[in-house]
Amino acid sequence: MQRTTLDLWVGAFVVAGVAALVVLALKVGNLSTYNVSETYQLSAYFTNVGGLKPTASVRSAGVLVGRVDSIVLDTDRYEARVTISVDKRYQFPKDTFANILTSGLLGEQYIGLIPGGDEEVLKDGGVFRKTQSAMVLEDLIGKFLFSQADEKQ
Amino acid sequence: MPLVKSVRGVGHRVVDSVWRLGVASRFLSMTLLQSGMSFRRFQLIVKEMFSSGVMSLIIIGVAGLFVGMVLGLQGFETLKRYGSESALGSLVALSLVRELGPVLAALLFASRAGSAMTAEIGLMKATEQISAMEMMAVSPIARVVAPRFWAGVISMPLLAALFSAMGVFGGYVVGVVMIGVDEGSFWSQMQASVDFRNDIINGVIKSFVFGVAVTVIALFEGFDAPPTAEGVSGATTRTVVESSLAILMLDFILTAFMFRGV
Repeated sequence: MQRTTLDLWVGAFVVAGVAALVVLALKVGNLSTYNVSETYQLSAYFTNVGGLKPTASVRSAGVLVGRVDSIVLDTDRYEARVTISVDKRYQFPKDTFANILTSGLLGEQYIGLIPGGDEEVLKDGGVFRKTQSAMVLEDLIGKFLFSQADEKQ
Repeated sequence: MPLVKSVRGVGHRVVDSVWRLGVASRFLSMTLLQSGMSFRRFQLIVKEMFSSGVMSLIIIGVAGLFVGMVLGLQGFETLKRYGSESALGSLVALSLVRELGPVLAALLFASRAGSAMTAEIGLMKATEQISAMEMMAVSPIARVVAPRFWAGVISMPLLAALFSAMGVFGGYVVGVVMIGVDEGSFWSQMQASVDFRNDIINGVIKSFVFGVAVTVIALFEGFDAPPTAEGVSGATTRTVVESSLAILMLDFILTAFMFRGV
């Protein structure tokens, strides 16, 4: 097949387009931060998940250790059941705290894990016993007003 | 009776446009059925990709850069009020990848390459090159239309991706280099909010659909143009108007399907 300079230009165009897609996927998108390593599943019950979304990050001591898989309402307990997948490299004691935290005042919500002192670790399918729900601003304001009214009496 | 006349005029235009829509659908299916040859002779597609894709690179790149820079400036001004300048990266990237990249690249592609396609095919018809092909038992749809169709469909997602990447770079230049938003939070907030499957792949699907719509409209208008100078110029105008409207309407429909509150 005869080669022309036109082919070179079109080839360069295709390379540039695909490179732009790769840049978007790796630098702009979160494809590079997805865990490719092995994971195991843990779940936790929260009375209120606030603005937590699937694919939100799970952090311990600020380090990314996993991601939220799914959030469903458990109709047995009427609580939100959050399933997370955690990197196999990290093990957590049985009495680990799972808290829903917010990065910054207006930032995204994530799950923070605070390890306890138990000798046994959570296995695949394990459930966090101690959880703390998302902070809801209306509740806080309500509590504050209530305590103000109490003080006055 | 001017009233009857005007009602008749409206009815005539509606029936005419439905008629043209039917012919255009038949035109698309014929193009798809007869595109075997253009894949066997891939050189034909490459040649058309040069004139529609490569020649649009400069306008796409420059437009993307400036759109990103404007987003950086305007976004910073707005976010500053809420003290969340660090979200500038996710604002720029999300608006580009989801909406502005596919839509603006398709609008530019329609006016830069679509109009050229219509004028070229219209002139081919006016100078009886199309009839000459039919006389030689060469199908003009397989030889002229199908390669241009596939070239447009392949080029469009690549151009949209380039537009978004240039836009993100423009937003970076204005936000981080010129204004001084923290570089780490710019990129990390962007990566935290842009999802590969939900945002980037959906953007690519959008631009693919726009590519099909723009090239079909451009090719059909050219093929359907009256073989006169006036007819070709009218068809070129209609290509730009119709494909711009089609892009914006399709964008609404696709967005309603794709981003229903995840």
